[in-house]
Amino acid sequence: MSPLWLAILIAAVGCYLLKLAGVSLPKSILNHPKVQRVAQFLPIAMLSALVAVELFDGGGSYALDWRTLAGVAAGVIALLLRRGFLVVFLIAIFVTALLRLLS
Amino acid sequence: MDKPLPERGTILRAAIGIGFYAMAFGASFGAISIGSGLTVAQTMVLSLVMFTGASQFAFVGVAASGGSPFAAVPAALLLGMRNAFYGVPLSEILHPRGLTRLWTAHFVIDESTAMAISQSTQRAKRYAFWTTALILFTLWQLGSLTGALIGRAVDPADIGLDAAAPAVFLALLWPMLRHPEARWVALGGALVALALIPIAPPGIPVLASGIVALIGGLLPTRQPVEQIHDKDPI
Repeated sequence: MSPLWLAILIAAVGCYLLKLAGVSLPKSILNHPKVQRVAQFLPIAMLSALVAVELFDGGGSYALDWRTLAGVAAGVIALLLRRGFLVVFLIAIFVTALLRLLS
Repeated sequence: MDKPLPERGTILRAAIGIGFYAMAFGASFGAISIGSGLTVAQTMVLSLVMFTGASQFAFVGVAASGGSPFAAVPAALLLGMRNAFYGVPLSEILHPRGLTRLWTAHFVIDESTAMAISQSTQRAKRYAFWTTALILFTLWQLGSLTGALIGRAVDPADIGLDAAAPAVFLALLWPMLRHPEARWVALGGALVALALIPIAPPGIPVLASGIVALIGGLLPTRQPVEQIHDKDPI
């Protein structure tokens, strides 16, 4: 089995076990306010980090494709205009693809 | 026999709406996953077994950054932690026991939780959970497969797919940023990741941002704690 397959299976089963823990663990553990706050902040910090890495990581050094950045910026404008996920996604890839075609 | 559930039609319509939204979301996942170097089979195992959107996107995002694929495992797990917290309200609604618990757990995600807890009676809550879960699961798989096949047919960079992953992460993040505290955590997470890009192995910058959440969560606060499930779906 390739390392990628193994990583996929570990992560997938791990995510399932987290769901199972939620419906199995005693309430007192998961209901603790500090635990809840950390859990609430985790996706915020990590999604934000993922945005940064997707935009600026060129494989261990900083790199930036201005066409990708322009596409994501167009997506941000869509978010500011309260558009849904699908519109944001389509605008971002459309702008990037168009700029790539033209440049 | 029980009387028919009065809210049945309303819940079913909402679940179908969420399902189609998830299908589009799943299609973007499928395409991005192929663009990140996974095969169609690997993409589908993630959708079928992991079955939690943000973790799936994070896994392929980190896997695409090169280095060991195992660096993507903790990123997916940390993002999947919120599903554990959904178990608290859901256990009181569904009372899963024994083997039912193993089956129920798989469907504990943002959307099924949000739909269940927003109903007013226990019966409506149970119906909303299962309707949303099963419709969404089916359409999520269909969307993932379609997206993966499209992603295989074209060059991802040609259709601008490299902009899709950061745009998707931003769209997921956006509704969580209503509180100023959340914005500070987001800023901190991005800065930690940026600082580590040139010095840490792939995957570590995203993981290290979790420390910001830990510090932010453990600091004393004057604001009341917001309920974990009080969030927008997806």
